[in-house]
Amino acid sequence: MSLLEIKNLHVNVDGHEILKGIDLTINPGEVHSIMGPNGSGKSTLAQVLARRDAYHVIKGSVSFNGKDLLEMKPEEAACEGVFLAFQYPVEIPGISNAYFLRSALNAQRKFRGEEEMDAMDFLPFFRDKLKLLEMDEKLMNRSLNEGFSGGEKKRNEVLQMSILQPRLAVLDETDSGLDIDALRIVANGVNALRSPERGFLVVTHYQRLLNYIKPDFVHVLVDGRIVRSGGPELALELEDKGYGWIEQEAAAV
Amino acid sequence: MVTTSTQDLGIHLQNFTDFQRRAAGRNVPWLRKLREDAFARFAEVGFPTTRDEDWRFTNITPIVRTQFRLPGTALVQLPPAELKSWNIEGSAARLVFVNGRYAPELSRIAALPKGMAVSSLREQIEGNSDQISKQLGHYADTQRDAFVALNTAFVEDGAYVHVKRGVVAEAPIHLLFVSSSDHTALLTHPRNLVVFEDQSQGTVVEEYVSLGGGMMFSNGVTELVAGDDAHVSHYMIEREHKEAFNVSTLRIQQGRTASVASHSFLLGGGLVRNNVHPVLAGEGGECLINGLFVGSGKQHLDNYMHVEHASPHCASRQFYNGILDDKAHGVFHGRIVVHKDAQKTDAKQTNRNLLLSDDAQIDTKPQLEIYADDVKCTHGATIGQIDENALFYLRSRGMSEAEARRLLLLAFASECVERMRPGAAQIYVEQLIQEHLLPFREHSRHAGVGTGERNVEEVG
Ligand SMILES: Nc1ncnc2c1ncn2[C@@H]1O[C@H](COP(=O)(O)OP(=O)(O)OP(=O)(O)O)[C@@H](O)[C@H]1O
Ligand SMILES: [Mg+2]
Repeated sequence: MSLLEIKNLHVNVDGHEILKGIDLTINPGEVHSIMGPNGSGKSTLAQVLARRDAYHVIKGSVSFNGKDLLEMKPEEAACEGVFLAFQYPVEIPGISNAYFLRSALNAQRKFRGEEEMDAMDFLPFFRDKLKLLEMDEKLMNRSLNEGFSGGEKKRNEVLQMSILQPRLAVLDETDSGLDIDALRIVANGVNALRSPERGFLVVTHYQRLLNYIKPDFVHVLVDGRIVRSGGPELALELEDKGYGWIEQEAAAV
Repeated sequence: MVTTSTQDLGIHLQNFTDFQRRAAGRNVPWLRKLREDAFARFAEVGFPTTRDEDWRFTNITPIVRTQFRLPGTALVQLPPAELKSWNIEGSAARLVFVNGRYAPELSRIAALPKGMAVSSLREQIEGNSDQISKQLGHYADTQRDAFVALNTAFVEDGAYVHVKRGVVAEAPIHLLFVSSSDHTALLTHPRNLVVFEDQSQGTVVEEYVSLGGGMMFSNGVTELVAGDDAHVSHYMIEREHKEAFNVSTLRIQQGRTASVASHSFLLGGGLVRNNVHPVLAGEGGECLINGLFVGSGKQHLDNYMHVEHASPHCASRQFYNGILDDKAHGVFHGRIVVHKDAQKTDAKQTNRNLLLSDDAQIDTKPQLEIYADDVKCTHGATIGQIDENALFYLRSRGMSEAEARRLLLLAFASECVERMRPGAAQIYVEQLIQEHLLPFREHSRHAGVGTGERNVEEVG
């Protein structure tokens, strides 16, 4: 059974049709990359998968692990194993990063009928992950994302992913704003999670990320439609030639 | 103040006549005069109305109309379970007042540091009235405020806390005011005198609770004197039942380089007015005025700050956060008065509010009166809803909507908790807030709303 199956998905935001019929299937173990010009609908797709309700699905279906994803609330999708690394992580003053992470993990463990973790058990568990992402433990006692640098926020997203261990990870421009070293570290974090059961949907503008996270498929999203799909070589071609030629081809069809 | 001829002060006059006949210290001349002058002042001005600028947002008609009675002398039984829960772990003393009257059998005064004295005001009045004559009634202003006048007319019981020069008392003194009304409309006038001499330190927690429902009105006044270089924290916790009336006035008098923190937590009460009036009378003083008000149902929670800079080089910081649900109405009135000589004043005021329902209301009003020319005064207020982006972010990690809401409300409230000094009182308050916020998480606003944040930030 496929992990994610999107069929003819149409999505409205504030009365505007942003996604105009998306078809996409991700099988367990696969890494898919989505590229496309600004405003083409990449984040919209990502947010719909995380079940943001301001994005109205007007047509189509999405099944996740055989279940209807569109019937799920955000927390249900998360507990079923969908994780979105946000393009713009939210700052929440007054909630410590550590407390937030533990609450999230425990919410998911509770959903799965597992025992909740107390602060003592949690500490060694997340220390390993911190090490993997070369993050300072001090960030754990600070308010969630508050005053974090752009790169720290993105690493924090990947940290959450490493701790929550989703079945499907959607990374929305997790590479944007990262310096070279951070890019490598974040990619390591992602690669450490790759497994035959997991799927990835990686939204990016830059081919260089795909040097680190090798995709099985690359899709090009233009104006709410996937206009071309291919292997990793497609990303190289885009890097070289830009989107113009694909947009023209798409228009000509 | 506007007097209305329609006001019926008769019941208060009758109460006063009865009171005069049996009150403790009725034969002490200065006390008698203090009471009589105060009542005369009250009778002269009457209760304020919404035409009074200071009461514009708070209609006290229900208080004016009620035929209140002073409590009788009958003993009220308090269930041990409740008494146990109204307890600050690690406090140095707990003085319990039942319907305004000190209840020694319910109170506990453990080993206090040498130089610290805690007793009921009545004991002082009966046994040692000279000691308090130089301070009682010297600070709280009966001229400006009818409720203070009324309280002063009926001054008799409450707490007397005296900390001698240089004494440092870590553990808090807990003053617990329990109201329990039978069938009459109960009126109490708690009066506290708290004196910290030069270089002393300590914490006083003033808490109002109720037992059962019923009509009740606590009209409390606390005079807090902080000598030169004294460090004092005062907590006001209001958690009476949701129809109770409560008007509380905290009048702080600060000496040179004294540092005082006033923390107010309005969780209960139906019609509540919280007056905080620090006077920074000595050079280099600092005052933190921190507060949280959380209302639901039809609660009306009014905070009236009156920060008076009377000396140079003083700093004041006001931070009030409000959370309002259902049809609750909050008021924040932040008045800052900088006297002519109070150069280099540094005064700051911030009021942040979260409205959880469309019917909740907040009136926030800064009022700056600056008579010195070299001062820094800033004020700002925000009114917003729970941030939908934050809510979605938390839910996208697996937390239920209710849990996500609870966390966001707690985060908002925790700003106020973090301003308190770590210790027994902080732990107590934090626990109360956590419990109090639990029901608020169930409230679900309609999707789509939640971006309208109004910001007012001005520098004067
Ligand atoms: N509330 C809204 N009302 C109208 N249009 C909206 C709204 N929200 C998003 N859009 C539009 O939807 C389109 C797709 O946005 P989306 O964020 O999905 O693009 P993207 O492909 O992620 O772009 P980028 O590469 O810049 O991140 C954009 O044109 C955006 O302006
Ligand atoms: Mg985007």
